[in-house]
Amino acid sequence: MADYYHSVTLDAEKCKGCTNCIKRCPTEAIRVRDGRAWIFEERCIDCGECIRVCPNHAKLAVTDSLDLVKAYPKSVIIPAPAFMGQFPTPDPGVVLSALRLIGFDEVYEVALAADAVSMAMRRYLKEHSSPRPLISSACPAVVRLIQVRFPALLDHLIKLESPMEMAAKIAKDTLGPEHGVFFVSPCPAKVTAIKQPVGRDKSAVDGAFSMSAIYAECLRQMEHAARAPLIPKASGYGMGWGRSGGETTIMGRDSLAVDGIHQCIKVFEEVERDKLAGLDFIEAQACVTGCVGGCLAVENPFVARVRVRNLAAERGAHGEEATPGLEQRLKSDYFTYLSEVKARPVLRLDDDISRAIDKLRQLEAVEDQLPGLDCGACGAPSCRALAEDIVRGYADEMDCVLKLRERVHGMAEEIVDLARHLPRSMGMKSHTQQSEDDDGEAG
Amino acid sequence: MNDARPNNDSRIVLEFRIKGMDFTTAGEAATGIKRTMTQLGMPADMIRRVASATYEAEINVVIHAHRGCLVAKIGPERIEICVEDEGPGIPDIDLAMQDGYSTAPTHVREMGFGAGMGLTNIKRCVDQMHLDSVVDKGTTLRLLFFSKGRE
Repeated sequence: MADYYHSVTLDAEKCKGCTNCIKRCPTEAIRVRDGRAWIFEERCIDCGECIRVCPNHAKLAVTDSLDLVKAYPKSVIIPAPAFMGQFPTPDPGVVLSALRLIGFDEVYEVALAADAVSMAMRRYLKEHSSPRPLISSACPAVVRLIQVRFPALLDHLIKLESPMEMAAKIAKDTLGPEHGVFFVSPCPAKVTAIKQPVGRDKSAVDGAFSMSAIYAECLRQMEHAARAPLIPKASGYGMGWGRSGGETTIMGRDSLAVDGIHQCIKVFEEVERDKLAGLDFIEAQACVTGCVGGCLAVENPFVARVRVRNLAAERGAHGEEATPGLEQRLKSDYFTYLSEVKARPVLRLDDDISRAIDKLRQLEAVEDQLPGLDCGACGAPSCRALAEDIVRGYADEMDCVLKLRERVHGMAEEIVDLARHLPRSMGMKSHTQQSEDDDGEAG
Repeated sequence: MNDARPNNDSRIVLEFRIKGMDFTTAGEAATGIKRTMTQLGMPADMIRRVASATYEAEINVVIHAHRGCLVAKIGPERIEICVEDEGPGIPDIDLAMQDGYSTAPTHVREMGFGAGMGLTNIKRCVDQMHLDSVVDKGTTLRLLFFSKGRE
């Protein structure tokens, strides 16, 4: 269990043990036990669905404290493109300036790195013969979803680093390695991608702050920032990454954008059946509306999406020539993953297929005996999930409230039977009497 | 429409019923079989081959037949899938196996189905395939997949 880091965690004090989160989790990673939720660490993909749905705000995304900046001689803040959608100001330069005024030496736009990654992705599409459609690896929750639920699609993933990772790398390469690099994150998945990256051993990002916390800090600096705005360098392409549909704008006609983790699952099922082989590219984002819909964002996701779209349109598209050093970086595999992305087969019942078959047959037999209401009162998201837990040894049939009621009912009947039964010492008379009484009742 | 039956050999048996022209439930067999295979920890490439072929076979029943039944027998080394339908049958199986040959009605083609690649795509995914058909009665399609070693 210690093998996994997760940004998504539980505030046990606030959790009331309701069933909202267990029902919503795309990998069935949550169970309610002892009046509170528990997360199966190996299954959680940090998508943040449970954070969004929890009525008690008991699920939270752990981010770093701003104090972390003090541990570095110099600091760079790198805002996600979605951050620009949080403010009504039409000038992203003001926001960049406000970010620096919070107390950073430099600001580097993730959107600028997204410009470079966009061009690298276009090249990747041209040069790689890996199976189509290619799937963007920019959303870390989606990458983890594929590892857990769609291992057959790992070959489709574009093995290029995300704009966030590239922004940190470029910032360190150009400004100096003594710089601590800090990301303004819209979601817990990105935080996990920094603490426990896929595709590399260590992230170039040194810390992640919650977008909502940084938003509050920025508001205090806005007036000052408006007098001395910075000049944004990213093009509309890079800025567009903050919302769903941003990547497909770059990747051309034969590309599809899907947002919302449950919709992503449906599209991946189509890919798995080879129904979408005519497509070149899929942009898949775990949050509805894309990164602006992240659970650490402040603004209404749909409002923010329009802002990002308009900002991107105003900035316009840039070509490869607008990204300095691109050619050299492409040649040196600057953007590519350093290590393999492996499947996380945590859903399988046993390491051995024959034993797994036995367990699955037990599971089906147990499921047959359950009421099929999927009420969640047992703490598992569905009757089938409870059956699975029983077979795995995590739960008991009596966790089902209806099974329990059935058993209590049976016991109550037995008690009534016993109460009617008179000891032999009290004579045959009473036995006869009783049967006469029974006849009387029946008549 | 999924019904798992206990059986004596060490296989999982899944049964699905398929209705002609019911496009909304088409794919349930493929999804159900995939879920089972994932829980059994079967190799990813095999999951993929079985899911693709099953979906194509389901769609064939939906487009061409009145109704059908799909039975999957899943064992550690091999998976057998049998799709039986009641429908018009296939008069010329060799012709039906050719790429791009389709008898799907126009309104089905307009929905993006019935491009005449169904059987070809199935063939590409399976290790063995057998097609039997009686005109005006129905068609039986048997598919066999072997596990090519664990990952």
